[in-house]
Amino acid sequence: MTAQSTLTPQRDGAPEPSGGSVRPRRAHRGQARTAALYLTPAGIVLVSVMAYPLYQLVQLSLYEYGQAQASGGAPLEFLGLGNYTQLLGDPRFWMVLLNTCGFAAVCVAGSLAVGITLAVLASRVRQLPRALLFLAALGAWATPAVAGSTVWLFLFDQDFGLVNEVLTGIGLTGMEGFSWTYDRFVAFALVAGEVIWCSFPFVMVTMYAGIKAIPEEMVEAASLDGASTWRTARSVLLPMLRPLLVIATIQSIIWDFKIFTQIYVMTDGGGVAGQNLVLNVYAYQEAFAGSNYGLGSAIGVVMTALLLLITVIYLRVQRGTGENA
Amino acid sequence: MRFWKTAAVVVAGALLAGCGPPQVDQGASGEDKSTGTLRVWLFDEANRDPKEEVVNAAVREFEGEHEDVTVDVRYIAVDTRSERFTGAFNDPSSAPDVAEFGNTDLASYVAAGGLAELDTMLGNWPAAQDLSESVLETARTDGKTYGVPWFTGVRALYYRTDVFEELDLDPPRTLGEIAEKARRVRAARPDMYGIATGGKYTYAMMPFIWAHGGELARGEGATWESAVDEPAARAGIEAYTELLEPDVCPPEQCAQLTGTESVQAFAGGKAAMTIGGDFNRAAVDAGAAGDHYDVVPLPGTEPGEIAPAFAGGNLLGVLRSSDRSSLAKEFIRVLAGKKYQRDMYEAMGYLPTFEDVQNQVSSEDPTVRPFVETLQAGTRFVPATPAWSEIDAQEILPTMVQRIVTEGELGPATAEAARRMNDTFRE
Repeated sequence: MTAQSTLTPQRDGAPEPSGGSVRPRRAHRGQARTAALYLTPAGIVLVSVMAYPLYQLVQLSLYEYGQAQASGGAPLEFLGLGNYTQLLGDPRFWMVLLNTCGFAAVCVAGSLAVGITLAVLASRVRQLPRALLFLAALGAWATPAVAGSTVWLFLFDQDFGLVNEVLTGIGLTGMEGFSWTYDRFVAFALVAGEVIWCSFPFVMVTMYAGIKAIPEEMVEAASLDGASTWRTARSVLLPMLRPLLVIATIQSIIWDFKIFTQIYVMTDGGGVAGQNLVLNVYAYQEAFAGSNYGLGSAIGVVMTALLLLITVIYLRVQRGTGENA
Repeated sequence: MRFWKTAAVVVAGALLAGCGPPQVDQGASGEDKSTGTLRVWLFDEANRDPKEEVVNAAVREFEGEHEDVTVDVRYIAVDTRSERFTGAFNDPSSAPDVAEFGNTDLASYVAAGGLAELDTMLGNWPAAQDLSESVLETARTDGKTYGVPWFTGVRALYYRTDVFEELDLDPPRTLGEIAEKARRVRAARPDMYGIATGGKYTYAMMPFIWAHGGELARGEGATWESAVDEPAARAGIEAYTELLEPDVCPPEQCAQLTGTESVQAFAGGKAAMTIGGDFNRAAVDAGAAGDHYDVVPLPGTEPGEIAPAFAGGNLLGVLRSSDRSSLAKEFIRVLAGKKYQRDMYEAMGYLPTFEDVQNQVSSEDPTVRPFVETLQAGTRFVPATPAWSEIDAQEILPTMVQRIVTEGELGPATAEAARRMNDTFRE
């Protein structure tokens, strides 16, 4: 039935005698209507689960809205952009934003690099090592974030951790009692390691599927034409993998920008003197732990806007290079 | 297309500006039923059985005195109390009639409009005259009382008798001596912290500020002003951060320690001293240091003085949405009364809030004496304003201590902490 309805506009359009300009237009319209019909169910679900919360988020961010206001102990006060000016005027916010962007960039680059490398490796090795590789990767992927972070913390514990023990054992005596969470950059590096460890499997599996989907004839033809391995990778494989790569990158950006658990658990809520705060943990601390929902919502809106912006810019750049290639 | 865009913008704008975010009407129904189910929320504990037995005895007594009344006691987790109380305030139909809560949460619960005033009830209750004044002060905000102190807790100085004996040391007599003796212990026993205390252990830092004559904040009602940047407070903060140095308690290990973790380090035998509460005794007894420790009141700046301690403790209060408020108040008179406070002390070790009961228990049990001495020397409390919960949640004071410890400079950190506290007070 559904198949029929897609075909209808074309059939109707076919015998139309009068000129070329009407026909595609009507067909186009009919198609748009059909497309809209197909998209309706998804649209309804999206609107109900996304639009209302977003609306509430934006609305809350315009009010002085804490626990006292929510439970009726104090009157509502409309602030307009007050929460935003307060937020943007706070030097801590900019420090945290910088932390977040830098940290997310490292995590995205790291998980893409590790994921792609291992995907290439997996497509080249035999079945048993490949199975082992996948098993390890899926294990990391399946580990809940809190459990993963805690295990990493155990491994890197300054007194009883395996890592310090091994490092001391191979002669690096300076590592005895070394604290991995005290120095700002060491702590960030440790958390980034954990984040990459639990997010590379997604990239790896996606890219592996992409590599496997490339017909062998293409690669063969390229090599018959005398292309080097590097040339094949750059001009044949990469363009074919691009759509998957874009998806993997956008997903990684969104995930890593929104990191909460790893930072919260591993640096004990933002590190010594808040030096390891990222936006999500900052929002939680500023707003939800202190029941200041208005300011929290403002941080949420800013984060959403930033993520949209980054994604759009990335897509634009991708489209640009795609056309040039 | 254009029309739809304009329409969408207009509708969204109207929605955002027109109707505000949801608000609950907290007003009670005005009813005051004398039968039915009285709902009570108490905190869950790591070892709840003894507490539950005392509570059950009080419930049986209360149910025996009141016909057609059943008491439904629920135990809620301390960690998620904020969500539970928020939920209760936002949905009065699921709220309890009586609840236990920490005294530092009082001001924000009152500001949320969730608690009923109890001044009249306390006035009509003869036993209330024996309540310790400084503990009762923690149940007040803006001059009104919203809770009945159920038990209290103060911190004192724990030290290792065996280590002190071995190094021929006496327990410290002043705050300054704590750092000095801690250094000597660590010099002789590098595997131990001189004293285990941490950057996140705010309640251990407060007595240092108060003993030096400083304040956390000054004010009344809506006009609070941070005082941590004043010279007296800074002297106290400096004395405290002196304990977080490599030759006492190295910052790599101690900058992130909380109160519980500090006590754990002492209980595990890793520290020669710590600042711990009467409620920590069971944990220390069970640890490696269990047989070799003693407790003295945390000294002040001069020998013979006791540093003012933070008066922690829990209160019992009546929810404003309750439609059985008279019953609720009567139940509190039973559960927070002298008899069951004594039973609670025996079951859980919680310090009573009635001074005569305090004297009774300390004359019978010498181990509780340093805590009762500390209590009766006068305790202090955090600023009684709802902003305090926010200051606490934003970790402003721990961040200050950690900055001083890592940067080695006092001024910028206390100035920033004062600025952030004032921002929160003025919101």
